[in-house]
Amino acid sequence: MKFTFNNDTKKGWRLLSIPFIFSLLLLAAPLTMMFLLSFWTQDYLTLDKTFTFKNYIEAATQPVYKLLFTRSLIISLTATFFTVLLAFPMAYFISFHGGERKALWLFLITIPFWTSYLIRMFLWKVILGYNGVLNSFLIWLEMITEPLTFLLYNANAVVLALTHGWAPFAILPIFVSLEKIDRSLLEASTDLGDSAIDQFFRIILPLSAPGVIGAALIIFIPTVGDYITPKLVGGTDGLMIANMIQVQFSKANNAPLAAALSVSSLMIVSFISIVFVLFNRKYLRRY
Amino acid sequence: MSKSSKYLKIFAFTYLIFLYAPTLLLPIFSFNKSQIIAFPLTGFSFQWFEALLYQDALHDALKNSLIVAISSSILATILGTLASRATTRYDFKGKQASLTFILAPLILPEIIVGVSLLIVLIQLGITLNVWSVILGHTLLLTPFSIIIMNSAFNNLDLSLEEASMDLGENQFGTFYRVILPLVLPGIIASLLIGFTLSLDEFIIAFFLTGTDTTLPVYIWAQFRFPKKLPATMALGTILLIVSLMLLSLSEYFRRRSRMLEDSIHNKN
Repeated sequence: MKFTFNNDTKKGWRLLSIPFIFSLLLLAAPLTMMFLLSFWTQDYLTLDKTFTFKNYIEAATQPVYKLLFTRSLIISLTATFFTVLLAFPMAYFISFHGGERKALWLFLITIPFWTSYLIRMFLWKVILGYNGVLNSFLIWLEMITEPLTFLLYNANAVVLALTHGWAPFAILPIFVSLEKIDRSLLEASTDLGDSAIDQFFRIILPLSAPGVIGAALIIFIPTVGDYITPKLVGGTDGLMIANMIQVQFSKANNAPLAAALSVSSLMIVSFISIVFVLFNRKYLRRY
Repeated sequence: MSKSSKYLKIFAFTYLIFLYAPTLLLPIFSFNKSQIIAFPLTGFSFQWFEALLYQDALHDALKNSLIVAISSSILATILGTLASRATTRYDFKGKQASLTFILAPLILPEIIVGVSLLIVLIQLGITLNVWSVILGHTLLLTPFSIIIMNSAFNNLDLSLEEASMDLGENQFGTFYRVILPLVLPGIIASLLIGFTLSLDEFIIAFFLTGTDTTLPVYIWAQFRFPKKLPATMALGTILLIVSLMLLSLSEYFRRRSRMLEDSIHNKN
């Protein structure tokens, strides 16, 4: 049964209007407010509402912000790359060799991620620290005599912790896209003489591209703004833009600058994501 | 082929060890006697769990977190059910765009959501308390609820609805007596997942909490005191067990919802 167009519109909007208005009030309005605030200035507690680009000029010219933006992007892109790189063979294994136990494997993968994110990130500090699990283990093996100090409090530690923390967000979408591949295509390609490697690059990889692209975006966009991980395992060399936004907002009492930094991060992230999607659109459009 | 699948299996198990590494340390250190979180272990003890009983600030944080998690999961499930019903049942203009907008918090960096909400609340002169966190969490949880409810509504057979209307039920009666019982397992799954996610959410709570500290904000503060770390590990162990129980429960309800619908289809 198909309703007329108008009837559907009325009934649909009657239901959707409540969540839609809620999101307008709690998402669109605050984002607009943040955007406005980024063009104002603040002197301790008094807000000066004259329109100015001062905050953006400061964000673009001060070396510290440039450093933090670049570092956040590099950390986030590297973490995204490694997460997807490790997740792909795992998803492939479950989808093609999981057999009867696919559900069990997926369940096994998600369990550790119901540990509090804060505590999980803190535990990386326990693993990588000076008296940490890894150092004690290596000393016990007599592979090293002095604890390694380069493990914790740097950008690499942040990348490692993020690669761990976001793993299921890559494994699950890639698994879903691999599951959708028609297995008869693979049989056909084998019958027609494709080697396993040909098959992988000509069928499996292109057909699973939507999952890979989705996974990359799901990880890249939120991790650029991650606050917890750099603060816990990053040390001073691993701090990211979110940490600066928080400092400007609280201790430095400069909410407009914090707003300008937030808006800038959002713009940069959106720009990179759009370019990334456009670059890969042939894989997304075909199927 | 079998050789490559053997390597793949070795990789899968190694990767699994990596994924479990932090989580496996959690119970180890929460039962370890020593105050220092490091190897070698010094002995088995329940003292850190016992210590949790005497931390009043923790009990307040737990109370706040429960209020936030219960309220926001209920609100988000209501909003998510409405949005999901509207978009799975009806086809209309602006549907995709508005749905994408409502789903946006799923992918937006949490710090952006937190900062922008804080700016508005400060500008409006609203005092930060559990309610500001509840609103923030509702915004964050609604997309998850929509995803869960979509799978519940998508499995729904349209002919059941039509039958009910033909037999003289009005719209409300149809929803209440036919649709609701069928999607109820989905609603329960949405409530449980929402509750679990809210209980663990830090950034938005950190920005919007004011003095009504929630559990993750309390844990964050504990990280500064090395003496309190073993008890924090014990707390983490308890939270993990609770999360897994809630997760299994929600999985049970999702399976039941599928079975319920299958049994209806098979009777037809």
